[in-house]
Amino acid sequence: MSEIALAAFAAETGSHLIWEPASAAFSRFSGSFDARSYARSLEEQGLRFVARSSGGYPELLRAIHDPPPGLFVRGGGADDLLHRTTVAIVGARASSSYGTHVARMLGRELAAAGLVVVSGMARGIDGEAHRGALEAGGPTVAVLGCGVDRDYPAAHAALARAIAETGLIVSEYAPGVEPAPWRFPARNRIIAGLAQATVVVEARERSGALITADLALDEGREVFAVPGEITSALSAGTNALLRLGATPVTSAADLLERFGLTPPAPIDPSADLDPTSLRVYEVLREAPATVDELVSSTGLDAADLGPALTMLDLAGLVTEGEGLYRGVRPPG
Amino acid sequence: MEVEAHLQLAETPSFAIVGLADRACQEAKERVRSGIKSAELDWPKHRVVVNLAPAGLKKEGSGFDLPIALTILAASAQIPARALARHAVFGELALDGRLRPVGGVLAVAEGAKRLGYESILCPAESSVEASLAGIDAIPLRHLVEAVAFLRGDSVPPPYVPQNGHKPLPDAPDLADVRGQERARRALELAAAGRHNLLLAGPPGIGKTMLARRLPGILPKLAGDEALEVTRIHSVAGVLRTHGHLIETPPFRAPHHSASTAAIVGGGPGPRPGEASLAHLGVLLLDEFPEFPRPVLEALRQPLEDGAITIARVSGHAVFPARFQLVATMNLCPCGGRADPGAECSCSAQQLARFRAKLSQALLDRFDLVVTVPRPRAPELAAAPGEPSSEVRCRVERARAGLQDGPPQRTPEANALLDRAVERLPLSGRGRARVTRVAATVAALAGAETVGADHLAEALSFRASRDFAT
Repeated sequence: MSEIALAAFAAETGSHLIWEPASAAFSRFSGSFDARSYARSLEEQGLRFVARSSGGYPELLRAIHDPPPGLFVRGGGADDLLHRTTVAIVGARASSSYGTHVARMLGRELAAAGLVVVSGMARGIDGEAHRGALEAGGPTVAVLGCGVDRDYPAAHAALARAIAETGLIVSEYAPGVEPAPWRFPARNRIIAGLAQATVVVEARERSGALITADLALDEGREVFAVPGEITSALSAGTNALLRLGATPVTSAADLLERFGLTPPAPIDPSADLDPTSLRVYEVLREAPATVDELVSSTGLDAADLGPALTMLDLAGLVTEGEGLYRGVRPPG
Repeated sequence: MEVEAHLQLAETPSFAIVGLADRACQEAKERVRSGIKSAELDWPKHRVVVNLAPAGLKKEGSGFDLPIALTILAASAQIPARALARHAVFGELALDGRLRPVGGVLAVAEGAKRLGYESILCPAESSVEASLAGIDAIPLRHLVEAVAFLRGDSVPPPYVPQNGHKPLPDAPDLADVRGQERARRALELAAAGRHNLLLAGPPGIGKTMLARRLPGILPKLAGDEALEVTRIHSVAGVLRTHGHLIETPPFRAPHHSASTAAIVGGGPGPRPGEASLAHLGVLLLDEFPEFPRPVLEALRQPLEDGAITIARVSGHAVFPARFQLVATMNLCPCGGRADPGAECSCSAQQLARFRAKLSQALLDRFDLVVTVPRPRAPELAAAPGEPSSEVRCRVERARAGLQDGPPQRTPEANALLDRAVERLPLSGRGRARVTRVAATVAALAGAETVGADHLAEALSFRASRDFAT
């Protein structure tokens, strides 16, 4: 159990340690460290520690060149989640409505197909990917850049609770460690390390998500990128990845195919939809549109479109962001 | 309010006003003395004490000039006191004895009527406004005229406004708006159900232009409402109708640099603020998130109760403030979001701070939330929209329909509501809001009951995830 002492020592000294340092300070610390009472206090907080040397430690993570000494784990999900086929979905925090929509859709469809979605629980793309997975009833794994007892960012406290219910929140940092800017790139290597493949949904030219993609490439993992508008700064990073040879993602099926999975057959949405809503849905499947554009393309007036859009929203067939409505593939 | 004067023989003549008079009131001394002398009347060579009763209540403003002058004249037997006692009196004196109009005449005239007076002596320019109270307003131009009238020598000629009564310009028309179908629909619903409306979207797409067109589709104020609005505007001294009734719902658009007191009212002797001036009309807060937090929080009380209570050491004032709140906002601090022609350069933190400013409690006050996207070229080339007058007809019909209380929901509508509460993040307040809007949708459609379709449309106007932190 020397890894737990190492993690506790790192937390105590505010440093980032992968291997045991040959310092006198550490020998003193580990000499007086009571691993058993530390493990007990973790247990009291509902947390556990998966050491690098234990069998529960994910093999993929062990294979990276600087694997964390262990993972602190919180949540009701089984530890074997970390051993299942895992896909990372990462991207910008200040995402556009397009990125938000795609992240949620990918999260949902990958989880529905049985993959474990891993991300960083940050605002924007990360959070949406987790939410999408939860919507599909799939467990999801959040990797934090601070102690797992901290809900960071605070605005995602409710999301953290939802993730912890069926999935896992993990971190290499001991409980009580505060988030700090330099910890996030280190956290990104765990996201990339846990996943067979990393999908970048939306990223600026110098985004943290690109660090994750680089780390994934370094470890020989596959990197996917979602194409965006070439004029949008928010897609500059992902488009640059594509130019460098990342695999474009045009639908969740592109990813599922890579894992030998077949996407579940879509449900026929016409079953419980009224004709007006169905007509609107057909138009939105072609391209996203504003209400005004729908008025001119369907000939319906705004008073008829309101109810139709609500019914499609409730059926999970349409999402709205910034006044733009997008059709969603019927959930499988 | 009663004005009494006591004249006492004394070595040195003096003049004092007692009864909690403010500065403007104390200065009445000089105006009254000059006014009486200019009117070639006698200033009593006595010790003059004027008491404004009840003495415990604060008096302010220059409207007491004429009452004080006439009381002194009556006390010095220059006019018959009995004749004076029959009339209410209000007005400011100029140094040469002319009379000047004062704000708040309507409220004074109404008070006089309540006390049983049949006529009020007031400056000629204020007489039109005073007569709105249903009291006989005697229009006076000069102190001499008042004296002649009270002595029974002559009756002042009726007041003819010199520039005539110029009607206020009409509110801008909805016909000027091309496209923006969803925002137009939201405006119509807001007008019919008196709902609070939030318009969000990139800058320069006409959010303010749309909001300014709301008063034009609101029904005209009914008799009592018009009187109430006119009274508030008169008290605040911003009446621009030359003494005529305000019949169109007021529209107020304070700038976001306005102080809390300017918006909800305040000052030592509390005065109504913009929220009260917008009573029974529209209060537009352009660039809503730019308003300081205390201002926004202060608006929560009037949004709930339709009135503003301002507490002071000497008591408290309650101003009516049942306004309809219309707010506009960008989707991010730089304004680039949702604008295909611009790029949002806001960081995640900036965005989070911006959104956090709109507390859930505040967002909850908006029944209708619309994100207005930037219109593309074909819409700008579209035919002019429906004119305001036609929309107003529908709004008036819907208002009439809503008067008999909220209509019943059909079982289908209830089932949809339950489903929505389950699927969407819909708070208790949000649920109540949706049902209110649904009732308006039904009333606009002329339906007897609230159907699932009406409820579904109401649901489409709730705040989207763009507003969540």
